[in-house]
Amino acid sequence: MLIAILLGFVFSLFLVFTGKFFKGKFSILAAGIPLALFVYFAQFISRISNGEVISQFHSWIPAFGVNLGFTLDGLSLLFSLMITGIGFLVFVYTSAYLKGHKYLDRFYGYLSMFMAAMLGLVLSDNLISLFVFWELTSISSFFLIGFNNTSRESRKSALIALAITGIGGLSLLVGSLFLGSITGTYSIAEMLTMNPEIASNPYYILVVALIFGAGFTKSAQFPFHFWLPGAMKAPTPVSTYLHSATMVKAGIYLLMRLTPVLGDHEFWNTTLIIVGAITMVYSAIHTLFRTDLKGVLAYSTISALGILVFLIGQGTVDALTAAAVFIIVHALYKATLFLVTGIIDHQTGTRDTTVLRGLRKVLFPVAIAGFLAALSSAGIPPTIGFIGKELTYESTLHFGNMAILLMVLIVITKILLLYAGFVAGIKPFTGSLPERFEKTKMPSFLMWLPPVILAVGCLVFGIFPGLIEGSLVKPMVSSMGLDESDIHLKLFHGFNVILLLSVITIALGTVLYFKLKPTKKLEAWIAKFEKFSPQTIITNSWAFFFKFSNGWTNLFQNGYLRNYVSTIMIFLIALTGYSLFSKANFAVDFNSFSPITVYEAATSIVMLIAIGYTVFTRSRLAAVASMGIIGYAICILFVIYSAPDLAMTQFSIDTLTVILFVLVLYKLPKYLKLSDYKMRIRDGVLSIAFGTIITLLILEVLAEPKSSEVSDYYAANAYILAHGKNVVNVILVDFRGSDTMIEISVLAIAAIGVFALLKLRLKKSDQR
Amino acid sequence: MKTIILRTASTYLLPVLLLFSIFILLRGHYSPGGGFVGGLIASIAFVLHSFARGLDNTKDLLKIHPGFLMPVGLALAFLAGVTPVIFFDQPYMTGLWYPEHLPVLGSLGTALFFDLGVYLVVVGVTLTIIFTISESA
Repeated sequence: MLIAILLGFVFSLFLVFTGKFFKGKFSILAAGIPLALFVYFAQFISRISNGEVISQFHSWIPAFGVNLGFTLDGLSLLFSLMITGIGFLVFVYTSAYLKGHKYLDRFYGYLSMFMAAMLGLVLSDNLISLFVFWELTSISSFFLIGFNNTSRESRKSALIALAITGIGGLSLLVGSLFLGSITGTYSIAEMLTMNPEIASNPYYILVVALIFGAGFTKSAQFPFHFWLPGAMKAPTPVSTYLHSATMVKAGIYLLMRLTPVLGDHEFWNTTLIIVGAITMVYSAIHTLFRTDLKGVLAYSTISALGILVFLIGQGTVDALTAAAVFIIVHALYKATLFLVTGIIDHQTGTRDTTVLRGLRKVLFPVAIAGFLAALSSAGIPPTIGFIGKELTYESTLHFGNMAILLMVLIVITKILLLYAGFVAGIKPFTGSLPERFEKTKMPSFLMWLPPVILAVGCLVFGIFPGLIEGSLVKPMVSSMGLDESDIHLKLFHGFNVILLLSVITIALGTVLYFKLKPTKKLEAWIAKFEKFSPQTIITNSWAFFFKFSNGWTNLFQNGYLRNYVSTIMIFLIALTGYSLFSKANFAVDFNSFSPITVYEAATSIVMLIAIGYTVFTRSRLAAVASMGIIGYAICILFVIYSAPDLAMTQFSIDTLTVILFVLVLYKLPKYLKLSDYKMRIRDGVLSIAFGTIITLLILEVLAEPKSSEVSDYYAANAYILAHGKNVVNVILVDFRGSDTMIEISVLAIAAIGVFALLKLRLKKSDQR
Repeated sequence: MKTIILRTASTYLLPVLLLFSIFILLRGHYSPGGGFVGGLIASIAFVLHSFARGLDNTKDLLKIHPGFLMPVGLALAFLAGVTPVIFFDQPYMTGLWYPEHLPVLGSLGTALFFDLGVYLVVVGVTLTIIFTISESA
């Protein structure tokens, strides 16, 4: 399973070198990766539906309980199939949608990176590795939203999405750490039995709030929903894949996964119901005022996510069954609608619902896909959407004392969603074809086939619900710790209240669709309320934060290197000086020092002369050269004190530093007295104070009884554990290898920074 | 600095210094040395060559832009870290060792590949910075 997850990462790396190949006419081959993964996961269906759970374990940082544990159960299987299945269709679709695009290879790279991260997320059993994959999905989403990186709007939307989901990610990390310290493990499987223990813990509310923070930001719940409509700046395949079918459901997945661990508690249930209800109604109302097809779909996606949170909040078997079915329903019809919208946009150049009409005459197969998806979204039999809606109504109807209120809310939402689905899936295709669209061409079958396949899925699973009942829905419900034996999916449940409500929903929704036409006027009207929206409030508070941090940064980072150095030195002197004088007792025993040898004295004198020369010379070049002498003198001291490793490194570094300095100085005027008399005195005082403090600090360190536990451990184990006799090197490449890994990454980033600053100047025409 | 002595010497110094840097890299596990110092020495070798023969000559000699060494080195170091996870089901960064003692190399293990990654990154970083600055200076 680890290989299956890593495949996407490997492929995206592979694309760096073979980009040209996949950019050309072989782009369709990229779709082989998700297809292979889909087949791989599909072969587990029969085993999972027999109640088996497949686990794999790889240790990662066992000392902290952080491991790569993967579990394939009903819940993760459904998500894996969705990720790879819809992924496959989106990959195929993209090869035609972005045909000949300059950065198609890059696009596939991001997309497969996302796919791998998402698979890792849903398969992880360890909360910490889940967090890592969670962040990776946010990052790949950032790149995909900002794919059109020359547009300012795209970059801004990408940044907002990253900020919101990033905050959620941090919240997940903190929540996981809390959970880990309460239960003593990061494995979700091991937490399953500890529900009562966790619920009675005083930190329970905090943990749940943190997990909610993660789930609500990722799944775009009110008041964090606004990043999702912004994310629609991404190319349509991305909106289909990340922002309706998979990534935004990661929050839902997390809540479902943790239902047996944290659920069945008043705080959990009430909060989820309230937030879900607000989100579903609020954004369903918003769909009425959108004229951009993708805007309509974005808000209806948020609303659908609200319904899912609402259902998870109810927490009953009925509700979670409804949620499981609705995830499938939504993925099928919403992905279809997005793909259809993409085709319309690609072929006609517009997504404006007020002008799109009659396209069935030119895009017939697409029209069928749109029509079927709209039916499923509306919950009209015999589509699977109908089953989903019936289950939702049933569980809500039987939910305790608030049932009537909740019922009203869900029915309103469904009516509005029906309208949204019709606007997106039916409206562009009905009526007479305007003249400007008459020459619209059919796209390549690579583009229209994926939505048709998904749309047929809406119909087939509706007529034969048995196909998903035993294989997907039942194992999924049982993996949330509930009894799944009573679940029977069927189209017709007999004449009862629920059927009546369905009829009312469909009737009212259809009336709404025929009466209300989306217009620019309505959109302008709702825009007036923009200033009270969570988006405005949050972005305004950001603006304040930006102003403050701008001012703060400009105060210290004023562009003068000498000021940076003085700031650092003053800060260190103040801080170290304070704690030295208030806490230390300066019991320096001068007798314990070894006598000064001739070599040491000579080296120090050379160093002192060089320092004096550096300070008082009138030529920059001479100053640099004498700095080099100081460096070499330090090397000699290292050699005397038998630290050959340090000496060697210092020696090479010093050589290169002098070369660098000379290269930079080459361009500067030969001699300039930049600092006046007063500044030199000030700097001198500062330097002497700094030197004194450091000397005092070292003397104090020597006087303290030293603890050599760590160095003893390294010295003792360097050969036994790491087969090395050079302890310094063993620490670098083995004991603290991760540190070195990060350090060399920082080095590489610094080099890229230098290169970018000096080399990549914008062309005259691009400069603004 | 196009003196005849340095120019002649640089022809012989470059391979000698490179060989020395590899020697330093390989002995790192037992005696003073290692990837970082080795990388610095290799960079010095190329910088010296570019001083004596001109930057363009050194670039021709290198064939590729030194910047490409950075991702290669990072990937190598990373792979040395994840190899135990993927193939041997051991924690990340576990040192794996070939049991026999090999001539020249000493004992061969993932740590050596990690160090080689460090070496390449250091060469790439140093040369990228120095070449970039000397080109724009």
